[in-house]
Amino acid sequence: MTAPLLDVQDLKTHFFNEDGVTRAVDGLSFAVAPQETVGIVGESGCGKTVTALSILQLLPPRLGRIVGGRILFEGTDLTTLGEGALRAVRGDRIGMIFQEPMTSLNPVLSIGHQIAEAVRIHKGASASAARARARQMLDLVKIPDAARRLDDYPHQFSGGMRQRVMIAMALACDPKMLIADEPTTALDVTIQAQVLKLMLELKAKTGAAIVLITHDLGVVAETCQRVVVMYAGRKVEEAPVRQLFTCPAHPYTRGLLASIARGKAGARAKRLKEIPGMVPSLREPIVGCAFAPRCQFAVEACRRQQPGLMPVAGEPQHQAACLRVGEVLAS
Amino acid sequence: MSGAPILDVKHLKKHFPVRRGLLQRTVAEIKAVDGVSFALAAGETLCLVGESGCGKSTVGRLILRLIDPTSGDIVFKGESITSLSREAMRDKRQRLQIVFQDPYASLNPRLTAGTIVAEPLENFDRLGRAEREGRVRELFARVGLGADALSKYPFEFSGGQRQRLGIARALALSPSLIVADEPVSALDVSVQAQVLNLMMDLQEELGLAYLFISHDLGVVEHMADRVAVMYLGRIVEIGQKEEVFARPRHPYTRALISAAPLPNPDAKRERIVLEGDVPSPMTPPSGCHFHTRCPFAVPRCRAEYPELRGEAGSHRFACHLDL
Repeated sequence: MTAPLLDVQDLKTHFFNEDGVTRAVDGLSFAVAPQETVGIVGESGCGKTVTALSILQLLPPRLGRIVGGRILFEGTDLTTLGEGALRAVRGDRIGMIFQEPMTSLNPVLSIGHQIAEAVRIHKGASASAARARARQMLDLVKIPDAARRLDDYPHQFSGGMRQRVMIAMALACDPKMLIADEPTTALDVTIQAQVLKLMLELKAKTGAAIVLITHDLGVVAETCQRVVVMYAGRKVEEAPVRQLFTCPAHPYTRGLLASIARGKAGARAKRLKEIPGMVPSLREPIVGCAFAPRCQFAVEACRRQQPGLMPVAGEPQHQAACLRVGEVLAS
Repeated sequence: MSGAPILDVKHLKKHFPVRRGLLQRTVAEIKAVDGVSFALAAGETLCLVGESGCGKSTVGRLILRLIDPTSGDIVFKGESITSLSREAMRDKRQRLQIVFQDPYASLNPRLTAGTIVAEPLENFDRLGRAEREGRVRELFARVGLGADALSKYPFEFSGGQRQRLGIARALALSPSLIVADEPVSALDVSVQAQVLNLMMDLQEELGLAYLFISHDLGVVEHMADRVAVMYLGRIVEIGQKEEVFARPRHPYTRALISAAPLPNPDAKRERIVLEGDVPSPMTPPSGCHFHTRCPFAVPRCRAEYPELRGEAGSHRFACHLDL
């Protein structure tokens, strides 16, 4: 791999409130190469969104704090930058797309204004040049009749259209990386297909790397090159996408894949594989492997020490944090 | 399908008036459900599938008479319930229950879990106090909740546990039909599997029929005996699950199936990516509602609405073309 564009090293993001400390992200490392699409998957509360917010340093003030680790982007540690320097990165070098476009668009400003604003601030473009860029971006995300729709407001767009507007805004300054947090989760499946297709087309055109955060393994399989699986604030497995789906090595990844309802013709009433139990509370420090209480492979050693990441089956790109990986793969 | 259906829905319509202005005059109508017919046998699962706004949830609410239909007939166990009085309908709902998508919004936050499940039993006054308690414990055990859960409040439960609680409440009066409106959509996939397994076990044990409403084709393919695909208030295709998934005849069904992302990076298939959005149900397109997004549309589709083709009970679809 060439020098990574983004290199997250041992990131720890904790939340502090009167009840104590929640270890939302607890020692996460991963890297993203230029032009690469990396998926971060996991279920509610696994820390995937907090990871995105940490990279951009958009954590809720006072509550959430990065307490350890480094976030190197193009060689600069973002955790050491002041607010001013961060603003120059956000929206310019790193674009963002969130799940619910309606809450991330300003309802009282026209969408043309909102796209142009980023271009004016980051690129110092004149008002007319910025507007021309906004129009070009709307064309690019295939909003019909872009010139006229520049002056429309967010409520005049459908959900899928709003997400296109968000993409236009995120890409307006030609970022090197796009962070997309559940970009299609709120959309219907036929609209989701449109938006994912569009994201991949634009990625090919602009060469931006994408960090795609999602709970949907189907979306990951169809869009990502590499995948990071998170559980309870930690990375439990990382692999090239095909490797992950054909040869999952961590019991949690296996459980996730097995529990997806897919339905086979004629196989009515076949029970789905469940993962028993629940995600652990992140309020208490977790001793040993966080998945051990739900894991059929767990032995005493799993409950004592947190397993480090180890290469799986001689594949240097495939790592799993499991002491019993040999047994898991043999099962 | 054998024997008389437990539920027979005929030409069901629900048009919501759109009122505007000072006098709240009706200026338009939203045809949320526009002539839907289907039947459901005892112990069977019929899945209603479609995207936001297609009218699938409205159908569910109409069947329980939580809202009243504009026209059409709902026959439950051989008896029309379309125009039953509130009182009579209340009685019928002992046999006809619903499980909602968001278990948090559908559970009273001020009542303990035990009280929530006991409430239907109390309302219908069927058991003495001690028997009632026994029944509640039995229901808790049946849906996989421990006895310690009885005195907890809804906020103390996880999403999956709340959905179990919603199911226990629905089961309290031993219904024969449960309308399940997106029961697992708000849950994580590993918890989804737990709840779907529970629902299938209960069906087998108690002979329940499900009208299972969902937008998730994976879940539908797993749960259904039969599938009905809705688009803008109408059923565009209905049939046995195997037939509909193996050989979808309506272009919308095809697009829907091909658009669902598969957790398999090697899956090779022809993907139909539909252009544009679902039109507003206030001003649905002329002719076939789907013609504005259909890659195969011909002039006839713009002019004439295709009726469902085929015999009742067989694989039927509403398309002029033979795809």
